[in-house]
Formats: sequence, C-alpha cells, structure tokens
Amino acid sequence: MSKAAVSIHNLGFTYPHQSTPCFSNLNLEVQEGERFGLFGPNGAGKTTLMNCMTGLLQFREGSIQLLGQEITHHKKSINRLFGFVPQDFSFYQELSPVENLAFFGAWSGLPKQEIKQKTAELLEVLGLTAVRNKNVQEFSGGMKRRVNLAIGVIHNPRILFLDEPTVGVDVHTRHAIISYLKKLNEDGTTLIYTSHQLSEAEDLCNKVALIDDGKIIAHDTLGQLLTDHKEDGLEGLFINLTGKSYRT
Amino acid sequence: MFKLGSTILKDLRILTRDRLGLIFMFVMPIVLAVVITAVQNSTFEMLNTNTVPMLLCNRDTGDAGKQLEAAIIKVGMFDLKQVTPDITVKQISGRMHAKDAVIAIIIPADFTQKIKQKANSTAKKALHNFGMQTEGVITDTTSIQPITLLYHPVLQESFRHSIQGALRSSLLMVQNREVLKSLYFALNETGLPDSLETELMSNQVAINEIPVSRDGSRNIPNASQHNVPAWTVFAMFFIVISLGGSVVREKLNGSFVRLKTLPTSYLVALVSKQLTYLFVTFVQAAVVFSIGIWLFPFMGLPKLDLPADITGVVMVTLICGWCAVSYAIMIGVFAKTQEQANGIGAVSIVLMAAIGGLLVPSFAMPQSFQFVMKLSPLHWCLEAYYGLFLEGGKFKDVILNIIPLLGITLVIQLITLFGLKRKNLI
Repeated sequence: MSKAAVSIHNLGFTYPHQSTPCFSNLNLEVQEGERFGLFGPNGAGKTTLMNCMTGLLQFREGSIQLLGQEITHHKKSINRLFGFVPQDFSFYQELSPVENLAFFGAWSGLPKQEIKQKTAELLEVLGLTAVRNKNVQEFSGGMKRRVNLAIGVIHNPRILFLDEPTVGVDVHTRHAIISYLKKLNEDGTTLIYTSHQLSEAEDLCNKVALIDDGKIIAHDTLGQLLTDHKEDGLEGLFINLTGKSYRT
Repeated sequence: MFKLGSTILKDLRILTRDRLGLIFMFVMPIVLAVVITAVQNSTFEMLNTNTVPMLLCNRDTGDAGKQLEAAIIKVGMFDLKQVTPDITVKQISGRMHAKDAVIAIIIPADFTQKIKQKANSTAKKALHNFGMQTEGVITDTTSIQPITLLYHPVLQESFRHSIQGALRSSLLMVQNREVLKSLYFALNETGLPDSLETELMSNQVAINEIPVSRDGSRNIPNASQHNVPAWTVFAMFFIVISLGGSVVREKLNGSFVRLKTLPTSYLVALVSKQLTYLFVTFVQAAVVFSIGIWLFPFMGLPKLDLPADITGVVMVTLICGWCAVSYAIMIGVFAKTQEQANGIGAVSIVLMAAIGGLLVPSFAMPQSFQFVMKLSPLHWCLEAYYGLFLEGGKFKDVILNIIPLLGITLVIQLITLFGLKRKNLI
C-alpha cells in the first residue's frame, strides 16, 4: 500500500484582513509516486493551497502532513523533503546557472561535492551546459524556466511542487520540461503540479483534482473523472465542473 | 559555515556585478570628501590667509578716516580697492554686482570732525568724573553718522559677522585713539607723543591658542581632519541605497520565496549581508582615508593625519559600519518597493546627518535639537571619529560614544527581526 505524500485534513485558511475564508474543512490526499495535477479557475485557491503545503502561508485550522510529518511542527527540517518551482523566476538573475545552483544547493543542505555533481548532471539534462557560466539575465524565457526547475530539484526532493512550470515557454522547452518531470517521477519523486495548460496536464498527470471557490470539487484519476462526467478531455471536464462564467 | 560561506560568495558576486552600485558606494564618498574638504579648506584659507575684496569709499578728508583705512588694512582680511569719494551707492552696488568686490565701506564726509567732537566730549566727561573740571554738566549732543557696509548677498551670515567684528575693532581703535589724544591734551595742553600713542594703542596681551588634545599634541586640526571622517560616516550610511535596494529586490524577485522553502533560516542570509556589507563599509573608509593621506597633498589639500590609535580607528570603523549596515537592512525589510527604499533611505540619512552634526557642528545645534541629535547614529559615529582624529584620543576615550551607538544598532536589529517576523519572512 502506498504512503501519502501529502495529507491535508480539515484545512482552514483566511488571508489577513479578509473576512471570507479561502478554505474551510478542506481535505486532500496525494499518494507517493503520483503525478498529481491541481486545476481550477483563476482565484480558485490553487496557489494559496500550494503555498500552505510548502509552508509559505501559515494556517491556523487543520493539518498538513508531508510524508507523515506535520509541517507546522517541523518548520525548516521538513523543507528537505520537498522542492518548489514557483511560477516567478525565483533565482538571482545577476548570477550564472552554476552560481545559482551552488548557492541554492548549499541552502538545500547539500555538501559541496554533491552540488558540483548534481549541477553538472542537471545542466546537461536541461540543455544548459553551454551557457553554464553566463549570467541568467541574458537568457531567454525558456532557459530561465529550466534554471528555475533545476534549482527546485537540485537536492533530489521526494515531493516536487510546481506552480505553472511551463508558462510562457515554446513547444520545445515545454516538451523538454515535461519529459524531465516524467523522468523524475519514474525515479520516485511525487509531482504536485498546477497549470492552465490542460493539454499538457493530460499528458503529465495521472491523478487530478479540481478546486473551485476553495473547495475540492473532483478528485480522481483523469480517466475515471472523464468517464464519470462523460467528457473526452480535461478542458471539457473543467468547463463542465466549473462553469463558463468569468472568474476574478 | 558552508551555507554562510556560499551566501557571502553569492552576495559578493552580486555586489561586484552591480557597477552602478559600486560607483555609488566608492566614488561618491571620495567625491564628497574631496569636494567638501576643498570647499571648507578654501573658506578657511579665505579667512586666514586669503583676502576678501573690498571697495573703500572714504568721503572724509581728515585724519580719522585715514586712520580707519589704516586699521582696516592692518586687519589683513581685506583686499582694499579705493574708489573716488563722489561715487554713489548705486555705482558701488553696480561694481559689486560685477563681482568687483563682495563688500564695500563708505566712510561719511564728516567722520573726522564728528569723531573728534565725540572724543572731546568723552574726555571732558571723564575729567568731570575725576573732579578735574568744573564747567557744569556736560551734555553730549554729537551723533556720528554710521559707517555704511554694503555686502553682496552671496556672503554667508557667519562670514559677514566676522567682517563686522573686524570693522568694529578697527573703529574702536580710531575712536579710542581720539579719546586718548583729547584726554592727554586736556591734561598736558600738548599733543600725545607718537611713541606713547603706539604703546597705548598696541595689543599688550597676546592670545596663545592651544588645541585641547588627549595625547598632549598641539597640532591644529585642519579641514581634512574635520571633513574626511565626517563624510566617510555619511558614505557608510549611504550604502542604504545599494543594500536596502538589494533586500527589496530579493523580496520582490521571488528568490525570497524560494529561500523560505529551503531548509535554511533566512537569518543566514541576514548575517551574510551584514558581513559582506560590513566589509564594504570598511573598504570605503580605508579608501577615503588613504586618499586623505596620500592624494590630498597632491591636490593642494591638507594631509589627513591618522590618529596614533590605529586599532581604535579600525574598531570605530567596524562599529559604525555595522550600524550603517543594520540600518540599511531595516529599510530594506520594511520598504515595499526599491523606490521606497531609495527615497526613504536617502532622505533619512541626510536628515540624520543634519541633526547628527555632520552639516552643522553639534555645539551649534539649538537646545531643542540636543536630544534629537543623540538619536542619530551618525552623531555618535562622528563623535567617536572626532575623539580619535581631532582630540588625539584612544579607543577607551571614545567608548562613551560607542556604547550609545551599539545600543542604537541593537534596537535597529530588533526592529528588523520584528519586521521579518511580522512579514513572515523568518
């Protein structure tokens, strides 16, 4: 029986200075080894939920466990278990990929030798070896996305959170990133992914949850959800469950 | 230690690639120290060695007018340019606007006559008081038309006051001489002999100037000793532009978010920033002091003499640097945008410099500002440096300036930690 990578129980969260809660009594479980996709319209709560799971937002109600460890109890030590690839470029543009990886590798708790080895490996896999010593600010958007991803996985995390990791990139880069993510998953990393690229999500995810208005409205394998709702694609399922109206 | 080392390396790399920031941090203090020292030095030289161009219109034809002229020349402060007695005030103003002179003096036509009348009446009053004349009560109705002093508006108030002082002393000489002559004549019915007049009118008591130094040296502090430490402190605190901006950039560009999800406390980043920029402030001070020592003499500026207690200078520099770095980080933590950090940082440093005694000497501050002045860390930095550079003290002599400075630094650090905690950054 597989172990839960992420286990959320009765989560309640309200942003400061807001009266309406984002979530109340939210429950969700992601099993180890899954390629889990979290989808929903704008403002549904995807990023907020991901920020709660990564400890970026502090919640007062309920609990979130990563691989059986309560995140509020283990603060910094639990951060070794997961990697995070935010939607924004979260690195130093003034530095080269090698320098960025050296710094973030050290902060991830890796020894010097391992950082060196992992850096060479990641740059090779993500096609950045030729530009390894150039400042990232000279890079194209796609190259920056790959650097963003490389930093998130340098410490071999058991769970990888990805917030729209392919936004704004060309088809080649998207394929390269998705292929790499599948490879990571085959090696044992649980992927928790959000995106508005539904065709990409169909290709990547084997488990899907739809969130709307702070509530999980569907959660199953993609195949099962499509069968249950008589849809032939994620986009149709998405519209079927969340409606066609604009969201704020 | 590996994490801290990597973070320091990262900060140094980012710092050295920010050319504009480097220029701001290193070129600005050099320019400030050179310019302000040169300006203050030329003012000092103008007052002590150079002369101020002055137009003199002597409408008086008597002795007193000439004596006043001679007394003004004797002051040695003025470069006298005589103008014809019939020149009008308007014409004098025109020449002053043409930068012919910054001040002008008009001695009225009846100056000698009135001075003599006044001297006679003063002498009679004196004799009457001594009981030597019995001509009844002496009433003095003589009024002397004032000497007119015209000055160009560019002349600073303090400078105008020192010119006024010099003129008053010259006038007093002329008036006293006439009173003496009158008294002597009234008593002896002969003129005052020249030798006696010279003896009576010359300064009998010399002024011996001794700078109060802790090391017993009698070196008179020059403009470099005053300005180089002061503007070095200012430059150290001005790293708020680079460091405060760097903290805000880090917060805004998302790397902060990434750092928060890593198994390392953000305090490591804060310690790294403090150590990196402390090094920067130390290098800033070393560069500016080196320029003061080796380059100033080639630029015609007085050489900066380092105090005997070099360890004290190093300690004071490190503590001042630490306070400057802490302040910059605090601004960075609380500012929401880089513009906010730059604006608030720069304006607050100028204000703290002003109330701290960098722009106006602390002893000249109004009473109401004396308390506020003590809240400015720049004040304590400056006092500590002055204790070493001007008073020839050792580190133990400036410890009373260091304690409040450390106290302020501690408060700034606590506020920063509070800000980080409140913003969920640690």
